[in-house]
Amino acid sequence: MNITLAGARIIDPASGLDRIDDLHVAQGRILAMGQAPEGFTAERRIEAAGLIACPGLIDLSARLREPGYEYKATLESEMQAALAGGVTSLLCPPDTDPVLDEPGLVEMLKHRARSLDQAHLYPLGALTIGLNGEVLTEMAELAEAGCVGFSQANVAVMDTQVLARALQYARSFGYTVWIQPQDPHLAKGGVAHSGPVSGRLGLSGVPVTAETVALHTLFELVRSHCCRVHLCRISSARGVELLREARREGLPVTADVAVHHLHLTDVDIGFFDSNCRVIPPFRSQRDRDALCAALADGTIDAVCSDHTPVDDDAKLLPFGEAEPGVTGLELLLPLTLAWAERHQVPLVKALARITVDAARIAGCEGGSIAPGQPADLCVFDPKQAWVVSPVSLRSQGHHTPFIEREVLGRVRYTLVGGRVVHE
Amino acid sequence: MRHPQLNSHGELRHLLTIDGLPRDVITHILDTAASFLEVSDRAVKKVPLLRGKSVFNLFFENSTRTRTTFEIAATRLSADVVNLDVRTSSTSKGESLLDTIDNLAAMNADMFVVRHAQSGAPFMIAQHVGPGLHVINAGDGRHAHPTQGLLDMYTIRHFKKDLTSLRVAVVGDILHSRVARSDIQALTTLGVPEVRAIGPLTLLPPGLKEMGVQTYTDMREGLRGVDVIIMLRLQNERMRGALLPSAQEYFKHYGLTEDKLALAAPDAIVMHPGPMNRGVEIESAVADGKQSVILSQVTFGIAVRMAVMSILAGTR
Repeated sequence: MNITLAGARIIDPASGLDRIDDLHVAQGRILAMGQAPEGFTAERRIEAAGLIACPGLIDLSARLREPGYEYKATLESEMQAALAGGVTSLLCPPDTDPVLDEPGLVEMLKHRARSLDQAHLYPLGALTIGLNGEVLTEMAELAEAGCVGFSQANVAVMDTQVLARALQYARSFGYTVWIQPQDPHLAKGGVAHSGPVSGRLGLSGVPVTAETVALHTLFELVRSHCCRVHLCRISSARGVELLREARREGLPVTADVAVHHLHLTDVDIGFFDSNCRVIPPFRSQRDRDALCAALADGTIDAVCSDHTPVDDDAKLLPFGEAEPGVTGLELLLPLTLAWAERHQVPLVKALARITVDAARIAGCEGGSIAPGQPADLCVFDPKQAWVVSPVSLRSQGHHTPFIEREVLGRVRYTLVGGRVVHE
Repeated sequence: MRHPQLNSHGELRHLLTIDGLPRDVITHILDTAASFLEVSDRAVKKVPLLRGKSVFNLFFENSTRTRTTFEIAATRLSADVVNLDVRTSSTSKGESLLDTIDNLAAMNADMFVVRHAQSGAPFMIAQHVGPGLHVINAGDGRHAHPTQGLLDMYTIRHFKKDLTSLRVAVVGDILHSRVARSDIQALTTLGVPEVRAIGPLTLLPPGLKEMGVQTYTDMREGLRGVDVIIMLRLQNERMRGALLPSAQEYFKHYGLTEDKLALAAPDAIVMHPGPMNRGVEIESAVADGKQSVILSQVTFGIAVRMAVMSILAGTR
């Protein structure tokens, strides 16, 4: 279908373009901006004055819960949530049941996603069989089946020798390994950031050293094996500092942060709100400020939703027993906008962190608006306020610390491959 | 955000923690307890304040002693008491915590006394129950044991009168102790100018400074000149491992002996929430000595729990 998006403020972070213009889409791709080319007739014209059109968002971590946890969420429900959030590509970690450690499972998941024909799904394969940290997966086979990288989700590899070998093996084929830096021994039993709040509430703590010790180990391994590592969910100021040094040194590392970590701290746990139970934990205000600054200056490359739908039975429990994770696909855009607003980050740069920068890490298509590129677009009203509630969320997961809060920025149209899939 | 233990008038609806409890509420509870102390000395140890009310003891974690003190307090107020060992019944059959609560609430309970191994569990219950029901936290994880904190304050006030000139030391496994947290919060709320925490660094939680506490790793230094010593119980499973090498070494450095007690003020009192490990955290000569007020704590505990129950029952 030929579509003309009329009068939107088009922001393409990849090229730095930011202007009000018409955008023409044909055969699933961006055709042109400005004047409609000769012979082009739009079958649909979307009046988009006052709206912003940017590349469809790319979420570096969204759990869709399939296979195995369909009672928490399904591909159908979460794809809907993604599109409602303007997310047109998503990477899903391998911690499903069974774990994504076999090509057949990956193919099945890709097939399911293709038949839904909505957002693009890019699975991350398991780094080790069953995520047990012992035996490597058939990475080349998994890559052929569609995995774009290899990850342990938030399960640590206990054995550093296995980790070193996994990095070397991945490097042989040029794959990126996605690691959440958290030392499993230092984090053992911890449910909240180790600090005054956990001390007062009597919650066992995850110290910052759990992150920094893991980072030191990873940087040493990267240094000696030259493998490419993407660090998932940096959470502390000290972690940011180490990352900055590593990047200055030129190590092939990239990093992301979960969008809720840009806004909340351990104080938000309040009276044991299990919606604040996340991995890694919300840390101190100083940590949060460092994450915000690092994302702005590019030390942290991208921001993701770390979307994790959790069912009531697993969340309505005492804090320490509640399953970690919050829903986030639909909050990625508004919370990124709120971060940009608070820290005076230009919109072009802020949107880069959830589009082109994420695409570069994922090694996937999309993330830019240029003639010939796939017409994956997010068209949103930056001024529209809405209240986060179980009713306003499409995701089957309703647990988020932002519940009842008013946020700014509502997606009006989402296009995938030139089709309007959400409006 | 309103504290979940207060109603919209700022009155105590549940007792969940000392943290954030206004000073006048604490004082009111202690004053009320004083009036109940006399009931326990009567031939007929009963007042009819909670007649017709049902108090459910919900112990998700075992504790005969604490449960008994609540049971006695409720009985002396003429309430009907139902003891439920929830640990061995519903939850082990896979019923969720909130389902259990809904079921018990449907039996027209008026008050839940809750003990749970997870910090914060009573908050969840309090936020879930309907308006007519009151929740008392009888100990949750490492978080709080507010009635113990209150009875400790009662004890200190009884023996020391003026709290605003005291030095108080809390000694031992503060990291895992809900009693320590409630005591520290009560002491600072009541204006005790100097609260000290004494223990090895492996047993001191983060954030003590923010709670207004000075920490000491040397017990002798920490005890110097204190007026009150609160000893904490060291759990058996923590005596040997990565937190501590042995009970013997612990006793040598952090056990209260007569010679260490001599460093405190001459009229210092010695407290312990019980049950004691003699020879691990405290020497028998001290536990049974003339400065020990450990058994008074138990007696006052009944009166304080009566006070809490009667105040809650009078709040909507």
